[in-house]
Formats: sequence, structure tokens, C-alpha cells
Amino acid sequence: MTRLAPILFGLSVLAIWEAACRLLAVPPYLLPAPSAVIAALIERWPLLLSAAGHTLMMALGGLAIAAVIAAPLAMLAATSRWAAAALRPFAVTVQVTPVVAIAPLIVIWAGLDNSERAVMALAAVVAFFPLFSGFLTGLTSADPDLERLFDLYQARPLDRLIRLRLPSAAPFALEGLSVAAGQAVIGAVVAEFVAGSGQSQGLAWRILEAGNRLRTAEMFAALVVLAVLGLLVHAVVDWTKRQSLRALGGLR
Amino acid sequence: MALAALEAATVTYGPIPAVDPVSLELEPGRITALIGPSGCGKSTVLRLLAGLQAPTTGTVSRTLGSGETGMVFQAPTLAPWLSTLANVALPLSLAGHPADQARAAAQAELARVGLTQAADLKPHQLSGGMAMRAALARALVTRPRLLLLDEPFAALDALTRRGLIDDVLALWSATRPGVLFVTHDVEEAVFLAHRVLVMSPAPGRLIAEIPTPADLPRPSGFRTTAPFRACVEHVLSAIDDAAVPA
Repeated sequence: MTRLAPILFGLSVLAIWEAACRLLAVPPYLLPAPSAVIAALIERWPLLLSAAGHTLMMALGGLAIAAVIAAPLAMLAATSRWAAAALRPFAVTVQVTPVVAIAPLIVIWAGLDNSERAVMALAAVVAFFPLFSGFLTGLTSADPDLERLFDLYQARPLDRLIRLRLPSAAPFALEGLSVAAGQAVIGAVVAEFVAGSGQSQGLAWRILEAGNRLRTAEMFAALVVLAVLGLLVHAVVDWTKRQSLRALGGLR
Repeated sequence: MALAALEAATVTYGPIPAVDPVSLELEPGRITALIGPSGCGKSTVLRLLAGLQAPTTGTVSRTLGSGETGMVFQAPTLAPWLSTLANVALPLSLAGHPADQARAAAQAELARVGLTQAADLKPHQLSGGMAMRAALARALVTRPRLLLLDEPFAALDALTRRGLIDDVLALWSATRPGVLFVTHDVEEAVFLAHRVLVMSPAPGRLIAEIPTPADLPRPSGFRTTAPFRACVEHVLSAIDDAAVPA
């Protein structure tokens, strides 16, 4: 029964919403009824789907870039106290600075005609910290007695990294990845809003464009697609995380 | 020639002394039990002898090469991402042995501790006693000349513990390494060792060295014999003397 609860709740909210729109004759540009949103969703489906695909590609690209930068930096920070002390404040600074505020700058750097570069770069910026932090925490959290065992057998540094530190880091890195993936989608959309002119193709542009024309139902339709995209990314990453943890013997 | 020896070794962690001057020698083929209250620096002494830690003052001398020291910790400390077999093969892999040789040796070692069936299981699928057996197999897979056991059975139930102690003695008699066995269980110490070293409360120093009666491995029913009981009492009184400041 508890599995049905969210569905029942959602359906009743939609029903009240629909009824209210009809009974109170709310202007559709202010608040479209759910039926109008569904109609817009169907009508604009090919456009929304390709926009969602575009945003997803930007987010995944940003995630990949962030991972490529975060992994070696975390390894550096894990092997050297000095490097860790040097990097941490900057990693935190990147994290606490709102992405909206950095966006215009990145757009300028990327070149106003290269909005895709800017979008991917911003997705990478927001995905960086959770990846770096998760990876670094993981790399330094190996069982101290296992570390001693590796000392006892005079393991080479590379063996210690591959056979001990990386597998120990995996659960933390995967946790970081699942946070970073969600952040990357948010970062990509925010960047699209800021860079959202020229040849921008993403979901944010669909929302902006529909908003400019007061096609509110279409805005809702784009929001629905965006939410589903976020949930999908979360589900895929979560599944990957569980599978990997099982393979690593972490989950019972 | 001693396998490993401490000469007036002390360890301080920051301002806190953990080990007062301790001198001891571990001989080949001899089992030494080290007993004392918790926090008295037993584990630190063991790490000094393993060469894992340097003393603050004094010296540690070891005549052992790489892979000639085996160690079992308080927890099984198996890598959760490796199968039992791969865990046992790990010391050989780290020493650069070919994978098939390491696996074969690990398989043989698992057979010696009765875990042949568990080779492909992951550590979380093993019971506490099985995991400890696997840890013991891992420590023995390099055929060490010195075996260091750091309260390895503390977390196990009494029956499993007895079985493991018999196993340790059987394994010891096959290759006769020198053994240092850290414990806080007096009967376990007397049963398993040629001699029992008693440590004082922190900062630890050695306050008694008590030889145990009869030969190892123990004759059956040894736990009920008068010499065994007398030796246990002797160790207990040494511990009590240390607890009360003179």
C-alpha cells in the first residue's frame, strides 16, 4: 500500500489542480491545467526530447571532464599532505561560489558563439567538488590494519594504490558520483539559462522561449521533462553504484 | 640468534608514554604470549617487533627478510573486494610471485585451515571464525619464520576460540615459526605458549616472565592438569601484583 501512496497523492493533487483551473477560470498563461500541460507535452514532444538529449549530453560531458580533473588531483592530495592542504581551500571555493554567478564569466571565456563549451564547462565546475571530495575521502579511508599489512609485505606504491587505496575509495567515489551527476544536470541547465541565446538547444532554452511567448503550458511541459531527466540520471547512477558496491563486497 | 628483539625500547605518542623501556627476544620455534590489561601497549610492542613502527628510544633488531613475518590483527582485516582465495594469495602477489603460483599456494594454505570450500566466497559471506582462519592462512602463506598474533580471537565466542587455538598449535607444529601471541586471556596464554610475558598497566613494561609446563603442542586434557592450573594462578597473581602499586 505504501508504494501506492505517492501515486495517489500525485493524482489527487493533479485532480484538484485541474478542477480549480476549470472552476475558477484561471487564465492559461498564468496557470495552465494539467490537461493543457499534457497536450503541450504531446504536441512538443520531439522538440522537448531532443532538447532533453542535448542537456543530458552537456551534463554527462561536464561530468566526464570533472572526473578527469578530479581523479588525479584527489590522488595527488591523497599522497601528499602538502598538496591536500594546498588544494582543499580552492576546491571548497569552487563549491561555495554560486554557479549562476560564475556563468556569465565562463560564457565570455568560452566565446559567445560557443555556448555549448560554456554549458559543459559549468556542468564540470559544479560536478567537480563532490567527485574530488568523495575520491579524496575514499583514498585516505583504507582500513589502517590493511595498510599495515601492505607495509609488512613492503608493497610497492603502485600496488598499494591499485590493490588497496582505489578499491577502498570506490564506495566514497561512487557516492560522490551520484551527487555530482545530479549537480551536473543542474549546472548545465543554469548555464543554458545564462548562455541561452545563439544556437543553444537545451531544455532551459525551451523554457525561456516558451516563457517569452507566454506559452505557460509549454514551460510546464519542459519542466516535467527536466524533472524526469533528473530522476532518470539519479536512477541510472544509483543502479550503477549498487552494482559496483555489490561487486566490491560492500553490500550484503 | 633471535628473530626479532627489543632493547630498552620506549614509545611515546606525543606527551603520553605508551611503552616504558621493554627488552625482549623472540627465538625461532618458541611461542611467547604477551598478556596485560587493555591499553598497556601490547599492540605497540607487536608493531615494533613487526618493524611497522620505530621506537622513540631504544633499538629494534630484526633478522627477518621481507615476507618472513606473518601477522594477524584483532579483526580478520580481509579486503572485502577480494575473494577469500585472493585475500590469502595477497602477500605472495605483493611479493611479485606469478598469479598461478600464488593461487596454488593460497589454495594449499586454505586447505590447511579447513577452508577449501570457502575459496571463492567474499569475506562478508564468512562467519567470524572462518574469517579469522582465512586471516591465519594469509599470515602463513609466505611460510614466515615469525608469526605475530594481536589478540586475534578476542571477538569470537568461546567454542570457536578453542577450536582456533588448537588450529594455531597444529599449524605451528608443522613449520615451527617463532610466535608472539598478544592476548588478555590468561588460560589462552598459558595453553598456547612456552612462556608468558606479563605487562604492567600503561605505560607498559614487562613485569614477569613465566615459563609454562609441559611440551607443545599440549597433551589432551592439559587444561585440567594441576601444573596448568598452577601456572594460570601464577600468571594471575603476577597481573594482580602489577595492578596494585607497591
